Amino acid sequence: MTSQALDEIKIGGLGASRKRVEDNRFIRGKGSYTDDITLPGMLHMEILRSPLAHARIKSIDASKAWDIPGVHLVLTGEMMATRNLAWMPTLSYDTQAVLATDKVRFQGQEVACVIADDPYIAKDACEAIDVEYEPLPVIVNPEQAVAEGAPVIRDDKEGQAGNVIYDWEVGDADGTERAFAAADTISRLQLHYPRSHPSPIECCGSIADFNRATSKLTVYMTTQAPHIIRAAVALVAELPEHMIRIISPDIGGGFGNKVPVYPGYVCSILASILLERPVKWIEDKSGNLISTGFARDIYLDGEMALRQDGKILAVRMHADADHGAFFSDAQPSKFKIGLLHSTFACYDIPVAHLTARGTYSNKAPGGVAYRCSFRVTEAMFFQERMIQAAATDLGMDQAEFRRMNFVRDDQFPHRTPFGFLLDSGQYGKCLEVGLKAVGYEDFRRQQAEARARGRLLGLGISTMTEPLGAGNSREYDILGIKMFDSAELKVHMTGKAIVRTGARGQGQGHETTWAQIVSHELGIPAEDVVVEEGDTDTAPFGMGTYASRSTPVAGAAVAMVARKIRAKARRLAAHLLEVSEEDIEWELGRFYVRSAPDRGVTIQECAMAAYSNMPDGMEPGLENTAYYDPPNLTWPFAVYIVTVEVDPETGVWDVLNTVAVDDCGVRINPMIVEGQIMGGLTEAYAMANMQFITFDAEGNCVGSNYMDYLLPTAWETPGFELHSEVVTPCPHHPIGAKGIGECAAVGGPAAFVNAVIDAISGTGVRNIDMPLLPDRVWEAIKFRRDVSGAPPVRTDD
Amino acid sequence: MTILVNDDAAEGEVPVRRIRFTVNGQRKVAEIEPRLLLSHLIRRGLGLTGTHMGCDTTNCGACTVLVDGKAVKSCTMLAVQADGHDIQTVEGLATASELHPLQEGFKDEHGLQCGFCTPGMMMAAKALLDANPDPTEEDVRWALSGNLCRCTGYQNIVKSVLWAAEKLREA
Repeated sequence: MTSQALDEIKIGGLGASRKRVEDNRFIRGKGSYTDDITLPGMLHMEILRSPLAHARIKSIDASKAWDIPGVHLVLTGEMMATRNLAWMPTLSYDTQAVLATDKVRFQGQEVACVIADDPYIAKDACEAIDVEYEPLPVIVNPEQAVAEGAPVIRDDKEGQAGNVIYDWEVGDADGTERAFAAADTISRLQLHYPRSHPSPIECCGSIADFNRATSKLTVYMTTQAPHIIRAAVALVAELPEHMIRIISPDIGGGFGNKVPVYPGYVCSILASILLERPVKWIEDKSGNLISTGFARDIYLDGEMALRQDGKILAVRMHADADHGAFFSDAQPSKFKIGLLHSTFACYDIPVAHLTARGTYSNKAPGGVAYRCSFRVTEAMFFQERMIQAAATDLGMDQAEFRRMNFVRDDQFPHRTPFGFLLDSGQYGKCLEVGLKAVGYEDFRRQQAEARARGRLLGLGISTMTEPLGAGNSREYDILGIKMFDSAELKVHMTGKAIVRTGARGQGQGHETTWAQIVSHELGIPAEDVVVEEGDTDTAPFGMGTYASRSTPVAGAAVAMVARKIRAKARRLAAHLLEVSEEDIEWELGRFYVRSAPDRGVTIQECAMAAYSNMPDGMEPGLENTAYYDPPNLTWPFAVYIVTVEVDPETGVWDVLNTVAVDDCGVRINPMIVEGQIMGGLTEAYAMANMQFITFDAEGNCVGSNYMDYLLPTAWETPGFELHSEVVTPCPHHPIGAKGIGECAAVGGPAAFVNAVIDAISGTGVRNIDMPLLPDRVWEAIKFRRDVSGAPPVRTDD
Repeated sequence: MTILVNDDAAEGEVPVRRIRFTVNGQRKVAEIEPRLLLSHLIRRGLGLTGTHMGCDTTNCGACTVLVDGKAVKSCTMLAVQADGHDIQTVEGLATASELHPLQEGFKDEHGLQCGFCTPGMMMAAKALLDANPDPTEEDVRWALSGNLCRCTGYQNIVKSVLWAAEKLREA
């Protein structure tokens, strides 16, 4: 390590595993989450939800609710409609009911709200509302949605004849057809990536506070994207944008669940405007699980054209995405099914074609990016399951098949058949690190020996690169708003500083790492830099934190604004040292005269001069803002290798070893990066093992609470071995960093599933849908057949 | 100190019970509705918002406090059941000048990210360490198996608790 790098570690700069600043309040129980905030005169709101998945509303009688002492307001769809608020636009050019008027379209849909002195009274009053429903036929999957005679769920939309939301395609259909015609072998795989819920431990909530005297609306809210919410509120509630202040306080986990606009937010805002008092809405867990943004629920069917020697010639895929009752997930507007077409990006495939169809169903709306950069989780899961199936069909070694088809180090920049531009990576090297760590050859021998004794051991590999950090703004926007981000840096006269960004962390440690970037760029100790996010009145405009975009975009903006500050400080230094700017050199925290290195001034001295001794004609102060529009996405690469043992009698499987090799470029804070990877691996394990939401034929949600929706605890969760040997800096990011928050959750699930499928090789089973519950694995072994997990589930056993 | 949780309760609309208890060493008296959850008494009545509510169905453990030294999910207990009992919350872990080793351990070993589950985790861990000062990794994992975390993957939480155990043994 160079001496400058060592100096930098000392001040908490780039590469320091600096302890987290935000922990100081969290470990004392002094965080400030939305539900921790109490405003004077605050009222409480509860939501009445539909018990049925699809039904016409015949009548709503709220008279008994109004009679309960302590009730201030009952909101129904009819009342919302008089203010043109019964429906709201979604982030994907659809509309969504705020409170149901004509009919309910999923179980758990918002039907009415009560605002009362106390949440207990509000809940009592919700139960006192009589709603008469006339049940309608229910749709719970895409097949039912497009069946002849299927009921039209969105009969509210003019011109909506059936239940199809979009048909979309990308790639070269004819070229792919020709490649398949020339193939030696064609492999096929079909699977369902089940509906899941991000399920942060903190549910959603808001406190709306409308002040009639100032006309200002302040909303404390569990949102990952406060500026987007401000724009949405301005449009939906027709309030002037400068009179809206969205504050996103501490967030108890987001994972994509806290990106969309939910009816509860809108109702609390309207209630506060009507009552002129603060109104708090805090969702309960069941409400969170059955009504807010779910993820996945996609059916993938693909084929791979192969040459006999193992070369992949082409890929053809179709996706059916079940979006629920409203198309409300935020996707970049040019890409209806997100970045699903990033699939197979790390492999050198000449030609490919992807078609996708989105449909409505009587299920909660969503399709959000749950720890995921817009459907890349589904993309990479299918990719790595398909790779395993193809290698198996060819009788090739799993590692060798990947090695042979990877984009090679000398092929960058590399354009994928779907148009993405990969800029960097060392795929082969990462794989070798992973194989060595897991003891690949040894394990294969042990596996064969165990098999001879009737024990089922398996090894699963997942290797992938994924696109993180949208924009660039040419291609990526949400509702036309370009996906750039921002940072503002103010250096005070004593050399202390505050940085604000348009991102909003939810546990990623921005308060710690943004200060490290400033420290790296300016040499100011990280402890002298405070970070603030989440208040639209003070933070520069940004698109928020999701899709692993904070470090690639907002983090880049922090570096760029620090460089603007450094450029001005250089002019101040020249003035102080009485030399011309060209004669000045920079080292960490200090400018000096090139010809006389002992003569120098610190960044802190420059800061003081900016307020007390600037040259004639120079604008005073040392503050600036940068908006960063990335030239490309960042492309981290990862290898996940899992070994398991499956009990053939019960279908239960245990993880023996999990190895992760992540190349996410330059690591700002290695401790935090590793924390992100372990969290992601746990979610991957959860998806593969237990975590899913399904529905019966009546549209009842199975998974509406933590007894039915299983999340892994400390007891089940395996240990992980992490590797960081391979570092390929991002060529376009100012400090060489790439996204990392989601890689393990994206690439991990396939490693677990591949390991179980590998363990039962010889049964002819190609697929068991996630989660790989013991009964599914047992069924696959016992009957030597694939096991589907698609809804509806049977409820007769 | 009297805590009137509900204005209407004071007017006699709802029956009210008077309870006495201690929280973090301080004696308290409260007048409350019988159906009030202990977690709501702690958060809204006492203003101790470090005890979080994640699921209100006794699953996630974010609301874990100590009742007479035992780890209890406070959303699963009625406040009236706390009558005559001793409650410790996360706010009682540190002294004015010193953090509890569990708090230090969680920071040192990066045992938290969003921080929402952290108070409950630390209180569950405190009940373990009070009973078993030298736990194995397996002991820790079992003791925390009633507390959900969505961020960390638990590995660093387990390390944090073992770090604290060692520090407490050295003290």
